[in-house]
Amino acid sequence: MSFTEEQITRYSRHILLPEVGGKGQKKIAQAKVFVVGAGGLGSPAALYLAAAGIGTIGLIDSDVVDRSNLQRQVLHHTPDVGRSKVQSAKEKIYLLNPDVTVETYEDRFTASNAMDYIAPYDVVIDGVDTFPAKFLINDACYFAEKPLVHGGILRFEGRVFSIVPKQSACYRCIFNHPPPPGLVPSCQEAGIIGVVAGIIGTIQATETLKLILGIGDPLTDRILDFDARKTAFREIKTKRNARCPLCGDHPTITELFEHEQEACQLQTPGALGVS
Amino acid sequence: MQITINGKPEELQADTIMDVLKHKDIDPHMVAVELNTQIVERDQLDTTNVRDGDKVEFLFYMGGGT
Ligand SMILES: [Zn+2]
Repeated sequence: MSFTEEQITRYSRHILLPEVGGKGQKKIAQAKVFVVGAGGLGSPAALYLAAAGIGTIGLIDSDVVDRSNLQRQVLHHTPDVGRSKVQSAKEKIYLLNPDVTVETYEDRFTASNAMDYIAPYDVVIDGVDTFPAKFLINDACYFAEKPLVHGGILRFEGRVFSIVPKQSACYRCIFNHPPPPGLVPSCQEAGIIGVVAGIIGTIQATETLKLILGIGDPLTDRILDFDARKTAFREIKTKRNARCPLCGDHPTITELFEHEQEACQLQTPGALGVS
Repeated sequence: MQITINGKPEELQADTIMDVLKHKDIDPHMVAVELNTQIVERDQLDTTNVRDGDKVEFLFYMGGGT
């Protein structure tokens, strides 16, 4: 493939970087990234990856835009309230960069469709807000051997962690299984300072680009936690856990399954269906 | 004795990781625990000893994303 003059201008600030150059920009243009969730983390991640010239961005989300999303889900604008999130996202991405192919899936990411959805992609980004979905994405990426950039946010805090299956620690190496139902609140129950989604989502995009380009030190075997109240990052070194139920020496998880949805999310009155 | 908890040196008396959790008033179901960069399984929290100079990290669940 070769770039047009317009594309060379568009990506000139990348091409100027010795670590990227024309060769790296081609890698970016040929890359396919799957973003699970077109919300708080998926918005900044997808926007920056689109601006960077990622060849194909896949977006899966079954939700429609709610007014309470606009405080942080920057892919969606006020007139989008009530519209499909993936449709809204696709329009914004095309406006930003028509070079990008956007594949949209107005669907839930489940144990039965996960493998098919991620198969064509090079890197997966976790932008979901339930523990069952986070563990499902981790497991699917392990079985499909796809690099995963995990993200999590709550209140004033966020976390990023990259996983290269069979090489670095996975989400289950650390957390094993979801917390007991009702113990850890979700963003809709506990709140989230909107910009933290932007900070964590853009770090996820950064790590995705690094994985595609093969440059720098990936955020593997270390967890990066951010606290906006202190404006402080904390890095926690980790490594593969021999007792991990998924990638350990004697795995007990040998196929995809879904953990039960947190009971609090099903029982909180008035909070149904909105994330 | 002194152990480093989430990067901060603290003076406390504890025999096991579970003692440290109790001292910090943390529900063991809310966190993953690392002792000197090694994950400690939840069923071993009360049998894993801590020693002077150990580094303990508590990683709270963070499940949001949208
Ligand atoms: Zn693992």
